[in-house]
Amino acid sequence: MKRRDFLRAGSLAAGSLGLAGCSRTPPSGLPPGQLLGPSQALGHRLRDGTGFPAASETRKVEALIIGGGMAGLSCGWWLKRQGHASFAVLELENEAGGNARSGSNPISAYPWGAHYLPLPGPEAPELRLMLAEFGALKGDPHALRPEYEERYLCFAPQERLHIHGAWQEGLLPQFGIAQVERHQQQRFIEQIASLKATLDGRGRPAFATPSARGGSPTAALAGISMADWLQQQGYDAPSLHWWVNYGCRDDYGTDYRQTSAWAGLHYHAGRHGQASNADSDDVLTWPEGNSWLTRRMAQGLGDALQPNAMAWQIEQTAQGCSVLVYLAQENRSVRYLADKLVWAAPTGFLAHVMPSLPPPWQTAMAQLSYAPWLVANLSLRAPPAERGQQPLCWDNVLYGAAGLGYVVANHQSLQLHDQGCVLSYYRPLTEATPAAGRKLLQTAPHAYWARSILAELGRVHPDLPGLTEQLDVWRWGHAMLRPTPSLFSSDVLPRLRQPQGRIMLAHSDLSGFSLAEEAHYWGVRAARWLLEHKDEFA
Amino acid sequence: MPYALLFSVFVVAACGLAYELVAAALSSYLVGDSVTQFSTVIGVYLSAMGVGSWLSRYFQRDLIGSFIRIELAVGLLGGFSAAALFFAFTWLSGPFLLLLYLLVFVIGMLVGLEIPLVMRLLEHRLQFKDLVSRVLSIDYLGALAVSLLFPLWLAPKLGMVRTALLFGLLNVLVALWTTWLFRHELVSRRVLWLQGGSALVLIVAGFAAADRLSSIAETALYEDRIVLAESTPYQRIVLTRWRDDVRLFLNNNLQFSARDEYRYHEALIHPGLASLPWAKRVLVLGGGDGLAIREILRYPQVESVTLVELDPAMPALFKQHPALRELNGDALNSPRVRIINTDAFRWLESQANAYDFIVVDFPDPTNFAVGKLYTNTFYRMAERALGARGRMVVQSTSPLYARQSYWTVVQTIESVGLQTRPYHALVPSFGEWGFILAGREPYTPPQRLPTGLRFINADTVPGLFNFPPDMARTPAEVNRLNNQLLVRTFEQEWKQVQR
Repeated sequence: MKRRDFLRAGSLAAGSLGLAGCSRTPPSGLPPGQLLGPSQALGHRLRDGTGFPAASETRKVEALIIGGGMAGLSCGWWLKRQGHASFAVLELENEAGGNARSGSNPISAYPWGAHYLPLPGPEAPELRLMLAEFGALKGDPHALRPEYEERYLCFAPQERLHIHGAWQEGLLPQFGIAQVERHQQQRFIEQIASLKATLDGRGRPAFATPSARGGSPTAALAGISMADWLQQQGYDAPSLHWWVNYGCRDDYGTDYRQTSAWAGLHYHAGRHGQASNADSDDVLTWPEGNSWLTRRMAQGLGDALQPNAMAWQIEQTAQGCSVLVYLAQENRSVRYLADKLVWAAPTGFLAHVMPSLPPPWQTAMAQLSYAPWLVANLSLRAPPAERGQQPLCWDNVLYGAAGLGYVVANHQSLQLHDQGCVLSYYRPLTEATPAAGRKLLQTAPHAYWARSILAELGRVHPDLPGLTEQLDVWRWGHAMLRPTPSLFSSDVLPRLRQPQGRIMLAHSDLSGFSLAEEAHYWGVRAARWLLEHKDEFA
Repeated sequence: MPYALLFSVFVVAACGLAYELVAAALSSYLVGDSVTQFSTVIGVYLSAMGVGSWLSRYFQRDLIGSFIRIELAVGLLGGFSAAALFFAFTWLSGPFLLLLYLLVFVIGMLVGLEIPLVMRLLEHRLQFKDLVSRVLSIDYLGALAVSLLFPLWLAPKLGMVRTALLFGLLNVLVALWTTWLFRHELVSRRVLWLQGGSALVLIVAGFAAADRLSSIAETALYEDRIVLAESTPYQRIVLTRWRDDVRLFLNNNLQFSARDEYRYHEALIHPGLASLPWAKRVLVLGGGDGLAIREILRYPQVESVTLVELDPAMPALFKQHPALRELNGDALNSPRVRIINTDAFRWLESQANAYDFIVVDFPDPTNFAVGKLYTNTFYRMAERALGARGRMVVQSTSPLYARQSYWTVVQTIESVGLQTRPYHALVPSFGEWGFILAGREPYTPPQRLPTGLRFINADTVPGLFNFPPDMARTPAEVNRLNNQLLVRTFEQEWKQVQR
């Protein structure tokens, strides 16, 4: 299955230094590269209470949005679209985009996180409108099967899996898989198809994307893990278990033994997008990944977007919200006075900057758990040699590997010959607890990751280590909210969705899983809330 | 004595497996589909060994002499097996598989005879349980040795032809050694010495000629003398000449033969360009050989020809090489021609000019990279570069050998809103070949054509547009970047032609 988007997170502890990396001289035999990731300086400063300068200026806005990832940008995009001008979007890093950020080199642009968007269904009209605005969707955005710009639809060949020593087409294990297991796979796919067609009590799809426009998690599915659900339904085929687990690790950065069955099934049953010129499981993708979207959104905001701005204290008063913001570039703080506030940064981090957190949120936030991720981009001077019948695809997955495989960043290139290729390698650290994974991310040196990644990929491409000229690693400490059974069987998410006074949260966290469509939905919802009864606060 | 025989069991087992691996590897290398090749070769080989073992019961007298002769036969057949297969493939394309399985069967049968005969030779020298345990374990050890040596050292370092000869040599040496060991027991030892000596000479001669054998076999893939071979970052360019025929190969695919290229290039250019008497600006995408441009330059009203060709080596070659300049009428050195070495797709994307006539002459869609140049997205961009009354011609594979592919291209061009007029011509070195004219206005075949053409004239042009039933239009889907249907269809259709 596809690697779903994971969204902006892990950046409260991030500094304004952007891609603060450290170049290393590689040990012999390893390609050079950088160990990248958010700098911890500002976060520590906040935690240690060493403080920030006092505010030297007061700025008044009707609406203040904190967080320039997919949700915050969507919120700003909708406000601007509705002709609203008095707002600001604050971004901690020096570039907006959150989990959808990207890099580039002479060969190609490449993603550092979220890198594709499944075709949005009729449940996501706002997202479709935005795609139409950006030229990715042509004609009527409300059509059942809209037409998409074909340069942005993933080119064929799309997916292959390395299993039992050979590449096969598609990711569902087929090559060398026993008939019995294939029957189970078939039964699972049929069961998914019927779940996909199921409606909830109000006539909406039981599983929809955004999930808020579908049915609520049912108790039977929410409280058990995806692994247990498979067993309960009589599925024991190892290849099916691998595939379903792959989906959970891919989309949620979480092992299927810790993923709620409701979320695990949503991955397969929650997409209803179709296109007049593509299959329904096709996706939109760009060399730079979803930053193709976030850059356009950021551009549309113009001056309303303020990068290098860190909110460090939030207070809610009868008159409005008072937010102290440190502007890293100017080394000073300003006070924003806003009628309404949208917290579009990772939900759990609000607790660090808002001493008097509304009580319904306080307990809920304590229960959120985030998954650590690692993304590497490998620049090769030529694509690895292919020996089988199945050519290099967009998404190339290794059966049973620790990583999720690699995506060819320049797959969408129209050129006949590129000057090499960039492979984006994804790995959720699901082997250990999230805290242990974060510890490893903090301590392991570049050579550790380079060795591990080259060993894993070198197993199927013996020439890959020799072809790799640069290997950069990005560490996401808090990449995605983990959709655990305890999260979905509690009232944490419903409580977080309720605004408290003048503050509303907007983040894919509110869905319980980190998808671009979810973030977009919550961003637009927050914008609508900001526009409601605007006069009351004016 | 028993140990000597046991050692020969080791060698014999190693040789047996080696021939099997050589045959399987060579056939999958030449025919492709390695799973099928390995599986069928091993199957035939093992069953033939079974037949050989069964036949061993008919050997009653002179066991040693029989064993030696079998060794010599295996050595010669196996030793030359790789060379024979190579030559069979290049010169007898039809019965290659038949020859392969026949050879594998005969070698397998002879190898199958060896072990039972050795066991019977040792029958009175060892106890039965020792005999079985030693012979069989050494047999399997020999197989292990080769199975490791073959992929790690033999195949990469020696190549197939010499690997087979090496094991042939070992077989012959075993035969000679056995002759010496049993020299007192053998009746016809003179004859055997003579036979063994001749076999040794043959194999050694084969070794000496191995380099020439391989290169003869490889150049035989190109029938003619290679006059130029050049590897660029984009492709391998090979030019061959035999008498008055010059042929160009790109990545081993024939691009043209000087004998009939005029048919291809006249058919590509004139039905379209002759119908546009006002055409001044012409764009050629692909086709760095200048042969299409030679035809375009026959029109005095054409003011400029823009050639977009990815590989700078191609136009450079066709600008300089005397024989090639003669062939393309020195077209690439014409002041009317401008050459741009860049990627056609990317260039079109950033192109604002309008052209009266666009020639799209790309290689066939044999892989996903080239396949992008046959998608609706590409034709949409080409359409944007087309003047209001302009026309485009697309080389589009064979409507006879790749019928579905051809009509897929037609369907794809129509999907971007252009009217098409498909046509075809016979080019002997390619076969029946297809082209597609596309434009916004209906097409009328030209009444007048340039003088000096050898294939096209005003009378024959209308006939090009008739498609007999075996090439007639079939329903097809649009080829898109996100499905690349054409590459899959083309591969399937072409595979059937080659069978």
